[in-house]
Parts: sequence; structure tokens; C-alpha cells
Amino acid sequence: MAAAENIIEVTGLRTQFGRQVIHEDLDFAVRRGEVMGVVGGSGTGKSVLLKEIIGLIRPAAGDIRVLGGDVLNDEAAMRRARESWGVLFQDGALFSSLTVAENIQVPMRERGGLSQALMDELALMKLALVGLPANAGPKFPSELSGGMRKRAGLARALALDPDLLFLDEPTAGLDPIGAADFDELIRNLQQSLDLTVVMVTHDLDSLVAVTDRISALVDKKVVVGTMAELMELDQPWLRSYFHGVRARQVAGMAAPAS
Amino acid sequence: MYDAPALAPSRNLCRVTALAPCMTDTYPTDAPFEMTDSGSGQGRLFRPLGDWTLDRAAALDRDLKRLEPSAGAVRIDGGGLGQLDTAGAWLLVRLGRRLSGDQAEPAFDNFAPAHAVLLERVGETERETPAPPAKGNGIVDFVGRIGGGVVGAGQQGRQLIGFLGLATVTMGRVLRQPSRLRYTALVHQIEKTGLDALPIVGLLTFLIGVVLAYQGAEQLRTFGAEIFTVNLLGVSILRELGILITAIIVAGRSGSAFTAQIGTMKVNQEVDAMQTMGLDPIEVLVLPRMLALMVSLPLLTFFADIMGLAGGGVICLFLLDIPPDQYMRQLANATDISHFWVGMVKAPFFAAIIALVGCFEGLRVSGSAESVGRLTTQSVVESIFLVIIADAAFSILFQVMGV
Repeated sequence: MAAAENIIEVTGLRTQFGRQVIHEDLDFAVRRGEVMGVVGGSGTGKSVLLKEIIGLIRPAAGDIRVLGGDVLNDEAAMRRARESWGVLFQDGALFSSLTVAENIQVPMRERGGLSQALMDELALMKLALVGLPANAGPKFPSELSGGMRKRAGLARALALDPDLLFLDEPTAGLDPIGAADFDELIRNLQQSLDLTVVMVTHDLDSLVAVTDRISALVDKKVVVGTMAELMELDQPWLRSYFHGVRARQVAGMAAPAS
Repeated sequence: MYDAPALAPSRNLCRVTALAPCMTDTYPTDAPFEMTDSGSGQGRLFRPLGDWTLDRAAALDRDLKRLEPSAGAVRIDGGGLGQLDTAGAWLLVRLGRRLSGDQAEPAFDNFAPAHAVLLERVGETERETPAPPAKGNGIVDFVGRIGGGVVGAGQQGRQLIGFLGLATVTMGRVLRQPSRLRYTALVHQIEKTGLDALPIVGLLTFLIGVVLAYQGAEQLRTFGAEIFTVNLLGVSILRELGILITAIIVAGRSGSAFTAQIGTMKVNQEVDAMQTMGLDPIEVLVLPRMLALMVSLPLLTFFADIMGLAGGGVICLFLLDIPPDQYMRQLANATDISHFWVGMVKAPFFAAIIALVGCFEGLRVSGSAESVGRLTTQSVVESIFLVIIADAAFSILFQVMGV
């Protein structure tokens, strides 16, 4: 497995809503086995970029390749890609009419071939994997706390053992302890399941704790580098993001990066 | 089936491999596992072979189930393993647990580091599966549901009457200080519930008039009494159909809109925000809607009456050759003005019922967006139900009064 193999490759992307241009000639790449953080001010199109890669929004122009397949134009490549990724939406996006265990089984059932008993066991195993107690399985999403819903959403995203995991603001709305736990869980799972993770976040703590590299959306384009590299750059938004009061506190607590 | 201990270790391997379901066409590759007897009293050795992934999980699950009854301590050796994912790891962990009994942790040897990590994580799965929720007696559940429904309906009725009281008190307070009334909201709601409903109300009541005249004429013609079609139209549309059809359309159109609007505000915590600023949600949200509907429903009813009679008139002209002037004269002779007032007087009451139920259900929304949908449905069903009940009560009242 070559370290530099790109599992996602976005080139020349252009996104436009009406007359408002969000991305212009944007390039973005994720290597296999890394955790890529995506940051940017509000309205810079972080979530839009994520939705374009997973095929929920169609870009105005550009090329998106996932696992080497052209997901924009090739239906078969899109289907392959869909089978090899899991997505965690902001509030879990669990199906409210199904229990947590049934939610986890939805992708398995869609895939077919597994007996109900085995799916029950696998769902239980996924719950343990994301740190939820077994008795969360028969509950409905509305009976869970926000943090538990995210974990359940993660369990569903992991249902088919994806290679690639997309996380949209995974720690938003969690208390600092819950957020730190969730960061650790993601790091842990990433290592033990050999995942490639793309994570849209605002949370500096998460960036420090989890990511290998960071893509910052600035001026409709992506600036990519490790946290230390990005902190060196002389760009107004990046400076205020990484050198603001909160950022200094986080950096002070983490290892001295620069 | 796997009577391995009886066999010499050297032959054992072939024997088990031959027994393993690899010989069926389930697997594209070779046997997924082999079972050997180490012979040194350490129990048997289980070797998973090739890839253990979700793709093969269903088949592996079946085969392992067949293997499991032959209990005895087992070591699991991962030397021959290709790819492993969590589904495969789970099958190994489960096998280990079942074969080693529930006390000891299964022994995993010789696994690649990445596989060992995976097995350890998957091994954290709880042993006890949670008991499924107990299923009760079917008949008891059925009776229980009926009882629950009745009690629930009673409670809701009480709450609705309480809400009526609250709205009445608030209305009294606002009418003493008319400057507190939100006129912009009131006019906006009159436009939404009245003016915008004109096309649909007009079309539907016109068609009702057509249908009624057509059916009436067919029946009355057998007596040679076609002219009485006009009487039939006048009395039924003015007294009942005009108002009832209008009220039902408005309940579906505006009552549901009230519930959805207020419910969405509830989900967005807008209602909470209102209260913290000292605004009364009843005064701000409920009263303008209620008063607006009490203005617009009588107006709509009047329009509906006209359209219904017009629809009947068209049929009378084409089917019965009654020209418009004769139709009008017959209508004026046959129907007393009291029929018109009987219909009109009901309109503000029906309007109050629809607005009250719509707003009440909207304010009952809590938490999720899902409850907005549920309560909107409930609001429409409930307001139509109450409108028809009220209509029946009015019929009895007018009967007693002799109108």
C-alpha cells in the first residue's frame, strides 16, 4: 500500500449557487489511511465540498475521483464508492422510525445475504465498537442523548466496514468531555479499522487530537498542510483561526507544535 | 460431524478439509478454515484461511454453526488469514467464546498485529444480548390500547376546553384594549385563509351544486316535479352544504397550516423566545388566527352559497330548461331567508373550532420535526370531527327552536 496513494482526488472543482461562486478551480486530495481535517470560515463551503464528494450536490464543473473511479459521470464507480464509504451526518441522521439496532442493519439488509441472527450480532458488535451499551440497541433515536445519537450514527456508518469515513462536524453540540471522548474514539477506530477519514470541523481540539493533515478553505480554494505548516502561513483567516485566543490555549495544552 | 479427536493428526487435516463446505460452490477460494488436533492435550487448533470479510460472512456463519456443537478447548491460529474486517473478527470472537465456554477468554495466536487489534476491539462486545422487549398477551394489549385511546381522548378533550377558556379570557382582555390586537397579523391571516381560499371553495361548491341538481332532477322527474329541484338546492345548500363543505376545506387548508406554522415555531424554540420576552403566545399567535378565521369563514360561506346555487342553476338551465329568471323567482318563493341565516350563523362557530384545534395542536408540538407531521394530521381529523359534531348539535337546536 503506497503511502501517497490518493483515495479521493478532486480537481478543478467549481461550485456556484445562483451568481454566488463558492469554490473556484479547487483541488483537494486525501491519501489512503490518513485523517484529513477540513476547516474554513462559515459560508466557505466545507459541508458543500463534502456533499459534492458523496454525490448529494453536483458541482458546476470539475472532476471528482473516489477510489480511482469517476463518481460524477460513472454510475458503476459511484455504486462502488457508495459501498466503500460511511457518512456520519451532523446529528447522526438516524431513521427516527427504526430502533438503533435496526438503523445499523439498514445498510446490511440493503446489501443482502445475511441472516437476521447474524445481523443482530453484528449490530451489537458495532454498538460495542463505538462505545454504546448493548441496551441502546432496542431504543429509538429520540430516546438517546445527542452524544449517543452521534455514536449510533457512527455505528451505522461503519456497518459495512467502509474504507472511507466522512464526518460532518462530529463534535458539534457535544460538551468538551464528550467531544474529547468522540475524538479519541475516531482516532482509535481509524487505527484499528485502518480507515481513511475526512472530517469537516470547527473544533480546534479535534484538529489537534485527530487529524494528520488539514485542508483549509480560503479564497474559494484549498490550502493543505499539517497544522504546524498552516500556522506558519501568512493568510488573514488562517492567522486569526490558528493564532486567536482559543487557538493559543489549545496549542498551549497540546505539544508545542512550532 | 467433526469427530476429529478420534483421528490421527496427520490424517485429520485432510479429513476436516474434505468435510468443510469448501467442496460446495459457496466459496470462490479454498476452504475458509481447517480444524486440527494438536494431540498434546492442548485441545484443538482452528485455523481461519483466506479472507474473513463481510462478503463471506453469511456463508461462514452457516458453516461455523455446524462446527460449534463439537465443544472442547480450542486455540485459534491466525497464521493463514488474509484480510480481516469487523464482521470476520466477530465470527472468530464468537466462535472462540462458544468453544471455550463462557468462562475463559478465547486464545488467539499468531495473528498479524492489525488483526490482533481488531480482534481485541471486537472482543469488547458484551456477551449477554439484551432481552427483547417482552411481548404481552395480544387480547390484553388490544383492550389496553382501546382503553388508552379513550383515556387519551378524554384528557385531550379536557385540555382543549381549557385552551378554549384561555383563548376566551385572552380575547376578553385584548378586546378591552383593542390597541393590543395585532392588526397586521390579522389582515395577513384573513388574506391567507379567506382570499386565497376563494378559488378552491368556489370550484368545489359549484360542482356540489351541479351534482345535487343533477341527482335531484333525476329523482324528481319520475313524479313530474322537476321544478322542486330548485327547492332542494336552495334548502340544502343554504342550510347545510355551503357551510359544511367550506368548513371542511378550510380545516384541511388553514387548520393544518396553523398547526404546521405554530409547530415549527415550537421546534425552533421561537415560542419559548417569545415567552421570555414577555409576549403571550396566545395573544400573538392564536388570537389573530382565530379572529381572522371567524371573519373569513362567514365570507367564504356566503361565496360558497352563491357558487353552489349557480352550479345548480346551470344544470336547471340545460337539463330542465328552467331559464335563469324563473330559477331565481322559484328560489325566492321556495326558500325562506331563514335558511340562509341558519347556514351563516354556524360559520363563526365552526371557524372558532377550526382555529382553536389548529393552534392547540400546534402548541402541543414538542421536540422533533416528526411530531409536527403527526399533530398536523391529528389537527385536521379532529377539527373536521368537531365541526360535524357541532353541525349535528346545531340541527337539534334549530329543530327545537322551530327554525
